[in-house]
Amino acid sequence: MQTDKNLLKDLTPEIEKTSTSWYIVFSVFFIIFAVGVYGLIQQITKGHIVTGMRDNVVWGVFIVNFIFFMGLSYAGAILSGALHLFHTAWRRPVIRLAELITVISLVIGPFFIFFCIGRLDRLYYLFIYPRIQSPITWDVIAIMTDLVGCFIYLYLSFIEDFAILRDYKELDVPNWKKKVYKTLSLGFTGTPAQKKIIASAKTIMATMIIAIAIIVYSVLSWIFGVTLQPGWHSTIFGPYFVISAIFSGTAIMIILMWIFRKVYNLEKYITLRHFRNLGVLLIVIAAFYGYFTFSDYLTKWYGSIKMDSLLIDKLFSDYSWLFIFANYVGILLPIVIIGLPRFRTIRNITISAVIALLALWINRYLIVVPTLETPFLPIQDSREAWNTYSPTWVEWSLTFAGISVFGMLFMLVSKIAPIISISEMQEIDEEELLK
Amino acid sequence: MDELNNNDAKSNSRRSFLKKFGIGVGIASVASVTGFSLAKGNGNSYSGEMVKLLTPDGKLVEVPKEAIQAAKLDTDKMKEEARKGLAGKKFVMVIDLAKCKNARKCVDACQEGHMLPKDHEWIKLYLLQENNESSRYWFPRPCFHCDKPMCVSVCPVGATYKRHDGIVLVDNQRCIGCKFCMTGCPYSARVFNWKDPEVKMPEGHVYDPELTIPPIEGTVGKCVFCADKVRKNELPRCAAACPMGVIYFGDLYEDTVTNGVETLRFKKLLADRGGYRYREDLGTLPSVFYLPPTQRMFPVERGIDNQTNEIKERYKKAGPR
Repeated sequence: MQTDKNLLKDLTPEIEKTSTSWYIVFSVFFIIFAVGVYGLIQQITKGHIVTGMRDNVVWGVFIVNFIFFMGLSYAGAILSGALHLFHTAWRRPVIRLAELITVISLVIGPFFIFFCIGRLDRLYYLFIYPRIQSPITWDVIAIMTDLVGCFIYLYLSFIEDFAILRDYKELDVPNWKKKVYKTLSLGFTGTPAQKKIIASAKTIMATMIIAIAIIVYSVLSWIFGVTLQPGWHSTIFGPYFVISAIFSGTAIMIILMWIFRKVYNLEKYITLRHFRNLGVLLIVIAAFYGYFTFSDYLTKWYGSIKMDSLLIDKLFSDYSWLFIFANYVGILLPIVIIGLPRFRTIRNITISAVIALLALWINRYLIVVPTLETPFLPIQDSREAWNTYSPTWVEWSLTFAGISVFGMLFMLVSKIAPIISISEMQEIDEEELLK
Repeated sequence: MDELNNNDAKSNSRRSFLKKFGIGVGIASVASVTGFSLAKGNGNSYSGEMVKLLTPDGKLVEVPKEAIQAAKLDTDKMKEEARKGLAGKKFVMVIDLAKCKNARKCVDACQEGHMLPKDHEWIKLYLLQENNESSRYWFPRPCFHCDKPMCVSVCPVGATYKRHDGIVLVDNQRCIGCKFCMTGCPYSARVFNWKDPEVKMPEGHVYDPELTIPPIEGTVGKCVFCADKVRKNELPRCAAACPMGVIYFGDLYEDTVTNGVETLRFKKLLADRGGYRYREDLGTLPSVFYLPPTQRMFPVERGIDNQTNEIKERYKKAGPR
């Protein structure tokens, strides 16, 4: 197999040597992570009393992060699956990003559930005393299926790249890495038969992970939907969660594209075209997502059901600024910025994506917390400090630890594998030659 | 509780009580008489020294001293019984809102009996007011022990369960602390042990889901209808402690409820006084019934005036809702 040396050098900037900035950024992430670990130790030794959660608001930022990271993962799966299935030509430089988002956030997400569980030492009870009636059991099954499916899909896309790296003799890497490439490439040599097998396996997996992602995220939304609580007990939650997941996934794709482009000088490969295409996808999804949000809140607001009214009153009083940011600014601003062609620059699209992502996190917060502050029986005969929820430093430290692990895992992957799929990029050349 | 307390029930409950603790002393020859399970001695030759014992059904028997083995608490059996509940019973509670004045004796008795930390209330008192025109009233809220309990449906490990006698319990040794039941319960009836409860255990105490002592850090607790007392044919602690006799407790099948002072027909009481359940529309079918706060015995303010400032604070925001 012939591989263009420049292409390989460009796409694997961190494999041969490690730059100083890599060490600096990684250390910063690691320090944030270490603070999170310290917070977790506090929580384990002193109990969940160190969090802001109390008897009324029993779920907080941890659950918000769980939904958020799982959303990123499912969106990554849906995006990479769709990009692959539709043979979108421009997908090649960015499909690897979508695949990595899928797997990395899928690894991080469940940890936030672990942080929320009171008896972590009994976690295995989920397997030895499972009750299929519980949506949590559905979720356990669903997430494990998803984890397996996504790893297979990611690995399939890596095999060809590992083979390329294995065959590239001048690659200046330690022997253990060469061995890793040799093992993981599974003897792939690029024969037409092998290529066909990989291609059809990828197509099957792409179809499957799209389906799994939709099912799994709906199941997650039903953890809320099946309860009787005002604001959660909603038939719209399944599709609403899926749409908002794709919204956040598109946003994180844009943000990561911007970062990778800057950090690894990939201007040649990731161009304005990618930002525009994903930007347009973002605003199309934003329109759907806004529509779902509007329908959900309008029906609650218009009617006179007491619990719904109390919830809406709370959202428009105590949470008014967050509500405006999450559900007006976060949806309308990206639509305006990306919708008008003259604003459609890489920088503006990235800013819109950052706003969208932040707004979506807050939207999740507004789904979880205000409902728990609005129980059927008014909060009384309870301690003043327990009536409302505000996250403590422990919760924030673990949140930022989650984000830093997200970064660290990306950086570690960049040490061992190409951040843009070489095999995908080579296919472009072959296709162009055929023309 | 006299009407409930006929002899049959008494001996039944005692037998099952003993069975629950798995008491097994006995000898080969007396076994068939007493119904005791047997431990064989060393061969058949005993020295002849006999000891008098009382069997569960009230018979005095003599057994050779060597054959006696120490009874071991069969905790597995205990847990199994605590999961089944009492056969042929369906426990209900009736709370007379006309009589409640927020004396909070129920709360104290509950906390003491279940060794709860002071910031845990399994029974809470709400100061409710439905709308601007209607008046305020005190509303004690234990666990409703619903017949369609959301908490039981959503529990991923079967730590919380519904028994034959209608009682919903939490097995703190099974609970993983996911708190899904707390978000599932529409009545905020559940509390979480956010930190180590630091309760001093009585010597030799063994965990029993019917008593839920000790509370365990990182698990969920809630009102258990005093399943341990009920097994002994006694009133739940809150009902027994209430100075006003607000809380009636009894068996639906016997159609009888009592507050310790008077014993009434359950269905007639509900019919006469317009009994209802809180938020019937949620469809959870609670086992706790309320009698409306008509012709109240005390002004509602009395429930606040005599309280400490800390407790007064808790009702600051009470108003029409």
